[in-house]
Amino acid sequence: MESVKMNSNKEGARIGFYVCHCGHNIASVVDCKAVAEYVSKLPGVVVSRDYKYMCSDPGQELIMNDIKEQKLNRIVVASCSPLLHEHTFRNATEKGGLNPYLCQMVNIREHDSWVHSDRAAATLKAKEMARAAIQRVTHHHKLETKKVPIRPSVLVVGGGIAGIHAALTLANAGKQVYLVEREPTIGGHMAKFDKTFPTLDCAACILTPKMSEVGSHPNIKLMTYSEVVKVDGYVGNYTITVKHKPRYIIEEACVGCTECINACIYTTAKFPDEFNEGLGKRKPIYMPFPQATPQIVVIDPQTCIQIKTGKCKKTCLEACLDRKAIDFNQKERFSEIQVGAIVIATGFKTFDAHRIPQYGYGKYPNVFTALEIERMVNASGPTGGHVVMRDGSEPKSIGIVHCVGSRDKKTNHYCSRVCCMYSLKLAHLLKEHSGAEIYNFYIDMRTPGKSYEEFYDKLLNEGVNFIRGRVGEVTDWAFIPEEEGKLIIRVEDTLAGYVRRIPVDMVVLSTGLEHQPDADAVRRMFNMSCGSEGFFLERHPKLAPVNTFTDGILLAGCCQGPKDIPDTVAQAGAAAAEALVLIDKGYIEQEPNTAFVREEDCSGCKSCIPLCPYSAISFDEQKKKANINEALCKGCGTCVASCPSGSIVQNLFEDEEIFSEIEGLLLDNINEKFAQGKTTQEVLAK
Amino acid sequence: MKYAYYPGCSIQGTGRAYEESLLPVLKELNIDFEELEDWNCCGATAYMSVDEIKSCVLASRNFALAEKFGYAEIMAPCSACYLVLNKAQKYIETSKPVAETVEKALSSANLKMTKKIKVRHPIDILLNDIGLEKIKQHVKRPLKEFKVATYYGCQLVRPYSTFDDQYNPTSMDRILKALGATVVYFPIKTRCCGSSLTGTLPEPGLFCAYIILKEAIKRGANVISTACPLCQFNLDGYHDKIEKKWGNVRIPTLYFTQLMGLAFGISEEELGINRCIIPLNIQSNQTVSA
Repeated sequence: MESVKMNSNKEGARIGFYVCHCGHNIASVVDCKAVAEYVSKLPGVVVSRDYKYMCSDPGQELIMNDIKEQKLNRIVVASCSPLLHEHTFRNATEKGGLNPYLCQMVNIREHDSWVHSDRAAATLKAKEMARAAIQRVTHHHKLETKKVPIRPSVLVVGGGIAGIHAALTLANAGKQVYLVEREPTIGGHMAKFDKTFPTLDCAACILTPKMSEVGSHPNIKLMTYSEVVKVDGYVGNYTITVKHKPRYIIEEACVGCTECINACIYTTAKFPDEFNEGLGKRKPIYMPFPQATPQIVVIDPQTCIQIKTGKCKKTCLEACLDRKAIDFNQKERFSEIQVGAIVIATGFKTFDAHRIPQYGYGKYPNVFTALEIERMVNASGPTGGHVVMRDGSEPKSIGIVHCVGSRDKKTNHYCSRVCCMYSLKLAHLLKEHSGAEIYNFYIDMRTPGKSYEEFYDKLLNEGVNFIRGRVGEVTDWAFIPEEEGKLIIRVEDTLAGYVRRIPVDMVVLSTGLEHQPDADAVRRMFNMSCGSEGFFLERHPKLAPVNTFTDGILLAGCCQGPKDIPDTVAQAGAAAAEALVLIDKGYIEQEPNTAFVREEDCSGCKSCIPLCPYSAISFDEQKKKANINEALCKGCGTCVASCPSGSIVQNLFEDEEIFSEIEGLLLDNINEKFAQGKTTQEVLAK
Repeated sequence: MKYAYYPGCSIQGTGRAYEESLLPVLKELNIDFEELEDWNCCGATAYMSVDEIKSCVLASRNFALAEKFGYAEIMAPCSACYLVLNKAQKYIETSKPVAETVEKALSSANLKMTKKIKVRHPIDILLNDIGLEKIKQHVKRPLKEFKVATYYGCQLVRPYSTFDDQYNPTSMDRILKALGATVVYFPIKTRCCGSSLTGTLPEPGLFCAYIILKEAIKRGANVISTACPLCQFNLDGYHDKIEKKWGNVRIPTLYFTQLMGLAFGISEEELGINRCIIPLNIQSNQTVSA
């Protein structure tokens, strides 16, 4: 084991060491001067400096000049996380005339100054970490990056307004787009809305032109009623498996004439209509809504008599005539697509109001959710825009309860951001449509957006009542005769300072936004992370808001967190732009941290081959050796760790590099001790 | 496991029908328990609002005794005891000064608290340790004629929702349904009964009780079931005064354990039902052979 013995001055390593103050970020906790001084005495170190901002141009020039003047051949920078500036310092090293992989970073900010307060201990830790990097860098050698071509196509998952906007942006830039939507039509939640705040323009009027553009765009392949089931590959070269659910209609043959719906054996619509939140009815064969895209009907196998029993007169089939678009035997099928980047726009689901039993949803018939009211006030909705209660009568008074499933530690801690504004919009629409007295019950009115506060002012002037306080309960328990037969909203009016009981005919629950129920499965499939509230996590909350931690996977819309339509569209545009950045570059620069097989040591046992998650290892039958395809290798290190003969080596993570780094970290003055003639055992036994 | 039975003062005083019905029900279900020897005041609501630390000391003496005699769990049937014991435990856990004062006080009596004794309510034990299936097996006379308004009061589920929902508790509902009773929809099941106001400021206090009684009748109940001695006292004890002020809202209020006892075939006298001021006039005719 004498190889453990460190000789930092390996082949005349000439190391330059730079410790960054990062303003006060590092220097306020770590004594940078002392670190530089300590490192200057380590073997092989030719230059050791501390500087206020190493990432600044003068800081980088220090490195470049020293390389030339002092003939340095290794660089170590102790500063922030390599995630932020590894690229910067590798570049500076390269500009100075060295191979960029001869540079090593030490993270003394996130791993040291930001997490410690004891100056002496933090300085010692910085010294030890620097010592480890100095030991390690002597074993670095020149490496080259590889360029891999990127496929100029993008998968967009989810056909709400986010997915639609991202897909159109990419398609208009001339890229091939695959838009996968699990429902029979695109449009998402926005298609269900009546008007949009704060301008009160009709949601359908602004959305449906974009929907039909998606449907007819030559660069967009639209796959509705389909779901992504498998994702293989890596940035630039993803292989996606899509499941196409049977809609029992041959998509190419259907022209959307809806004759089949009229001809259905059910003369009246009987089943709850998903698009109208169950307020309306549909037949087993139906068009989700008039502007559905694509204009293709769908058959619900749960309610269609032919599919359930095989004993229907099949009047729909007769109506379809020789188009023969109906196929009761359709099965789910799978297809594969190849893309370079992926935009995730899977959206949200609204909070299930049943979860707060004291608000009476599902118990009292005239408690509605906001989405139900959106459909009710819509001219093409189940009531033709009339505001009616479940028994058909018109309400004289309506209470709108804010923050249902938001800002509540028992359900969701976060603010859903859109509910105040959509509640104001619904207050306006309900008043306009019904003339009823409207009460808004709010905790805080949150209207941060362009023209939002003005909209709130407008509502105040329209005579809508605003009561500040979280609603305690909605009950039918009458206290006085005037309350009999009404729904009573009990609330602490925090401005008036007492508990009030407001009797109303109808209650609207402004439910918050939640992650999709299958967000966790989607997260795993696309290798993303979720935040604590279940929404997909962006790479950086401020500076990389549409990127994820996986290269080539981008986020748009409410799947990343609750947001309104303007923000969603802005984010979708940003995600499309990030995808274009990748694609238009034409290639991916692959880190050279790939693994390779030292053939002389490989016994040909094949144990590494099934372990590789990227199928990058094959077996050379002639040589009887394993062979790693560098283009496919992602540098995960699984094969390196599993190889029984230690014949697989990974660039930048070679044994000598890792061991010398560990020893540098653990052993104080190791070289001095070796110099004093101590054996490895004696040094290790200290 | 053997529970340390902590009666508290009410249950052996004004609320003695609660104990009279609780003990035979526990015996019927073979629940192993023993009265905590030398127990003292729980620290009670009134004490808690005057001096929290002394209240915590009182409560913790009971914990220390339970620990000394080797119990892991205390069964506290009175809602007030249940709350105060839980509250004291929470205070001691989260406040160092409280914990230190308590430790000092206990050590002067050669007692100490080293582990957490779990505080359990009989409803919690019946539901989660015994289970509805076993309860059903012991039912000899299903409560077919009983339309029950389950009234939980405040202290059982608030502020600590230890075994049931704070806003919409359903544990008692489930037990009564298992006994064959009909549980009516009762939206004010956790509203205030009037509490000690009935003694100090009778008008608003009694009005609270009146609201509960009136609503129970309106919802079609013929009996109110409760788990708290003070609730039972307020809902049962003031009918003459309530009637003079707001009208007749006569409906019997029983402890849930009395209803359980009836279903298990125990006699009304044994269960202390004769102590009710408003008599129980519901007869369960059907007798099922065990």
